[in-house]
Amino acid sequence: MLKYVLKRVGLALITLLIIVFLLFWLVRVMPGNPFPSERMNDIQIANKRAEMGLDDPVLVQFARYIIKALQGDFGNGTSLYYGVPINTVLSKAIGNSFRIGGIAIVIGTLIGLLLGITAALNRGKFLDGFCTVFSIIGVCVPSYVFLIFLQYNFAFRIPFFPYFFDPNRFVFSSVLPSLSLSLFTMSTIARFTRNEMVEVFDSDYVRLAESKGMYGRTLVLRHVLRNALIPIVTVLAPLVVDLLTGALVVEKIYGINGIGKLMVDAITGEGIDYNYVLALGILYSALYIGVMLAVDLLYGVLDPRIRVAAKGEEA
Amino acid sequence: MAKKNIQPAAAAAQSVYTPVPGDFELLHRRDIRTDANFASQSYWKGVFTHFFKNKRAVVGLIIITVIILLALFGPIMNSYDYKDIVQFRNEKNKRVVAKGIAPRIPGLHKLLTGEEYDDSFKDLTFLFGTDDLGRDLWTRTWYGARVSLAIAFITIFIDMIIGMSYGLISGYFGGLADNIMQRFVEIANSVPRLVIVSVLAIFMPKGMALVVVALLLTEWIGMSKIARAEMLKIKEQEYVLASRTLGARNSHIIFREILPNTIGPIITQVMFSIPTAIFTEAFLSFVGVGIVLPHCSVGTLIEDGFNNITTLPYQILPPIIVLALLMLGFNFIGDGLREALAPKLEDM
Repeated sequence: MLKYVLKRVGLALITLLIIVFLLFWLVRVMPGNPFPSERMNDIQIANKRAEMGLDDPVLVQFARYIIKALQGDFGNGTSLYYGVPINTVLSKAIGNSFRIGGIAIVIGTLIGLLLGITAALNRGKFLDGFCTVFSIIGVCVPSYVFLIFLQYNFAFRIPFFPYFFDPNRFVFSSVLPSLSLSLFTMSTIARFTRNEMVEVFDSDYVRLAESKGMYGRTLVLRHVLRNALIPIVTVLAPLVVDLLTGALVVEKIYGINGIGKLMVDAITGEGIDYNYVLALGILYSALYIGVMLAVDLLYGVLDPRIRVAAKGEEA
Repeated sequence: MAKKNIQPAAAAAQSVYTPVPGDFELLHRRDIRTDANFASQSYWKGVFTHFFKNKRAVVGLIIITVIILLALFGPIMNSYDYKDIVQFRNEKNKRVVAKGIAPRIPGLHKLLTGEEYDDSFKDLTFLFGTDDLGRDLWTRTWYGARVSLAIAFITIFIDMIIGMSYGLISGYFGGLADNIMQRFVEIANSVPRLVIVSVLAIFMPKGMALVVVALLLTEWIGMSKIARAEMLKIKEQEYVLASRTLGARNSHIIFREILPNTIGPIITQVMFSIPTAIFTEAFLSFVGVGIVLPHCSVGTLIEDGFNNITTLPYQILPPIIVLALLMLGFNFIGDGLREALAPKLEDM
């Protein structure tokens, strides 16, 4: 098991390193140069380049960047937030995004599971139909549209919630963005739970358990839900990454200073900020690969068959 | 029982076994079913019957057909242009711009309320109203739908070709080639789509090309995985061996012998990729790196609507509804196809 874990972790790290190198290299070969040529002559530029280490091989520059990045130093912003160290801006943004995304994940997963289970237990009845319609709407409408709708109705027409995010009233003003973000998770989880549980209910081992006289909570929780949960974890993983990082438009609309908004600003803002794109790219890739890795490992915990198969691979 | 097997399909459909008094009594529970025997039919015919029996799939097909027709012919249904501002000179020879007019149909309005509109546009019909600049939203909505659909169809088609070839080749040759190709896919798959977009935005000017390239770079991976899985399933079959024995070249076996048999799952994947493409396009356009003026897409229309939501709240509704219906339609068709291609016993 340990060998399996180490192997996966190692692979993930190598993948991440390759991606970071590609990003770094792409940003380096980008057109443009850091020195305004009309104010400096060629010799001055050459000296400055040598001083900043821009003439070194890309690999050396990359190693330098990585070592600094591991210490939390991603350089300074160039266009937006000019001169401000990126890690101070970034850490604040991560805090905001993670909190709102985290609330959305918890709400979405819990309500989604509940909805899915109720729907599966009442197959073909009203609740099942409701769950289906709900999950269809949730999947078909982007979260920012929900936010626009909620913002218009409950912050503008009925001014109950703040129209924009207010860090001083964190809980109150994160209701609308969290809710709109959680709807997609909620509907996806609900639909998946329902379908998985229905499938497990029809399986031979549940029939056997049923025919041996098992019913009620024990049957649902221990035999059906536990087996239905395994595929749900795989669906949940990309959702988690999306919510932690992909709340781009939601953050932009609601004026939340999160990493999503930073990303949008870095791409579109006043000119494009190479340093931010690089730092955010690394952050996003690391999160994405990290969550995928976690799912891989969690899968082994949830499904004993995979653990056994991994052991067999080692032998 | 043997006699039943050779009955034609139509009769067989009704030939559900009916109990006779001498039999066991049927338990009247809905989840227990009696068997029915069907005559065999060709694979694709079966798929089609199954698909059209699925209510949801048919609804999806109708929705998509209607939207495509409207996207094609909607903009030419009235005299306005998608980028022109509706304006004219009134009786006093003053220029009037039809800015921010809520949806209206004069005849219907008179029928319902008994009174005419009393502004300068009293005879004009705006089914979806006009936007803050005075452009007709009906025309713009369907023009935007056309742009969004065109982007989705073109990119997904190219992605399908790339992904399919990649997956089939990787799966067919196996061994070292497969190993290298799959490592590449793994790495490509680990790069979040947003990171790709952000790096692209540095290289390319914003616009349709950016959206297309971003989608080209990301969407082929899913197709290649499915194509490879199908290839691994099929390549062990006897007919492939027979073809090889007869001296067929690898390219012939891959693209002429095996590809037609993998097409079903790939088309299903295409149906699920199209909404993703539309979603991504809408997102990029909303953020502002997508479609540029004077063109519009569903995404830019939603953004326009959002910018004017406090003053012209009706403006955001048409593009949102079109977007949601597109998602719904393609998802329904995809689900229907998947079920029709691999029917479970229970659905028979």
